[in-house]
Amino acid sequence: MNSFKTSLSLALALSVSLWFSGGCGQNTFREGERLYKTHCANCHMDDGIGLSALIPPLAGSDYLNKHREQLPCILRYGLSDTIFVNGKMYAEKMPGVPTLSEIHITNLLNFINNSWGNRNGVYRLEEVRAALEKCQ
Amino acid sequence: MKHFIFTIFTLFALILACTEPDKRVLPILGERDLVNGDTVYRSVPDFSFVDQDSQIVTNASFKDKIYVVDFFFIHCPTICPKVKANGLRIYQKYKNDPRVALLSHSIDVKNDTVAALKRHAQKLGVGKPGWYLVTGDHDAIYGIADDYFSVAVENPDAPGGFDHSGRLILVDRNRHVRSFCDGTDAADVDRFMQDIDILLAEQFGTR
Repeated sequence: MNSFKTSLSLALALSVSLWFSGGCGQNTFREGERLYKTHCANCHMDDGIGLSALIPPLAGSDYLNKHREQLPCILRYGLSDTIFVNGKMYAEKMPGVPTLSEIHITNLLNFINNSWGNRNGVYRLEEVRAALEKCQ
Repeated sequence: MKHFIFTIFTLFALILACTEPDKRVLPILGERDLVNGDTVYRSVPDFSFVDQDSQIVTNASFKDKIYVVDFFFIHCPTICPKVKANGLRIYQKYKNDPRVALLSHSIDVKNDTVAALKRHAQKLGVGKPGWYLVTGDHDAIYGIADDYFSVAVENPDAPGGFDHSGRLILVDRNRHVRSFCDGTDAADVDRFMQDIDILLAEQFGTR
């Protein structure tokens, strides 16, 4: 009974410390968040809302789900096509960041796809690597 | 009961203290000269640029207005969108107030033609008389940037080929620079918008 109590209190202590250290919840994608602030937030804004008809939003964007396989290539090589996001047209060029590694891109996509209310699942490194091999 | 009244009174005093209008006076910024023992503040010199509607913009366009200046270029991969997003907040707050305008100078005079500025303004969802986007002679743009005490020096190593400060600069009716902020910093822009209200009160007597 005593050992049960001990393990119970240990488990409790562990979950409390996890909670406070940010091991759960919104801080999961820290590396992705750091990369987002460096490479993306200047245009797509800190809260992912974009800018008028110039820069499309990432928060609540239907484009993310519809173009899941292309996203790794877009981050690395940019985008110059006219695209539609939530029914609105965007035609400005987006510069890519060629220096991003596969791991960077994975972390970045996981942050973007799971922030600001987005719940688009998680990318695995293998998936990003395979997608990058198919970039045109 | 005494305690209760005291508490209510204290609360009331606190609320009064917090809602009292801002009594700050904005300084006149920039260089000054001593003329016959008097301090004379340098003012923004005469300028003439072309806006997004192909119309000439001069100091006279901002007669009886206070205005907010910045320097940008359309294909700017770094700070411009954030400065524009914060400029948009200012535009939206004062777009129905003829006493306030924004004046954005393109520092990429080669690519940012009048047509490009027009398209940019439309996509941003802004227009005159609230927001002028201008282009003009290269040296004139860079020269006036110095006068507004901003930094707009061509630097081939900077991302996008230009280096610039992202500052928003507030100019009064007498062509004096009165305040500025970091246009990429939303909190600093909040303070700057309070400065606009203070300047409106000073120069027009109302808010």
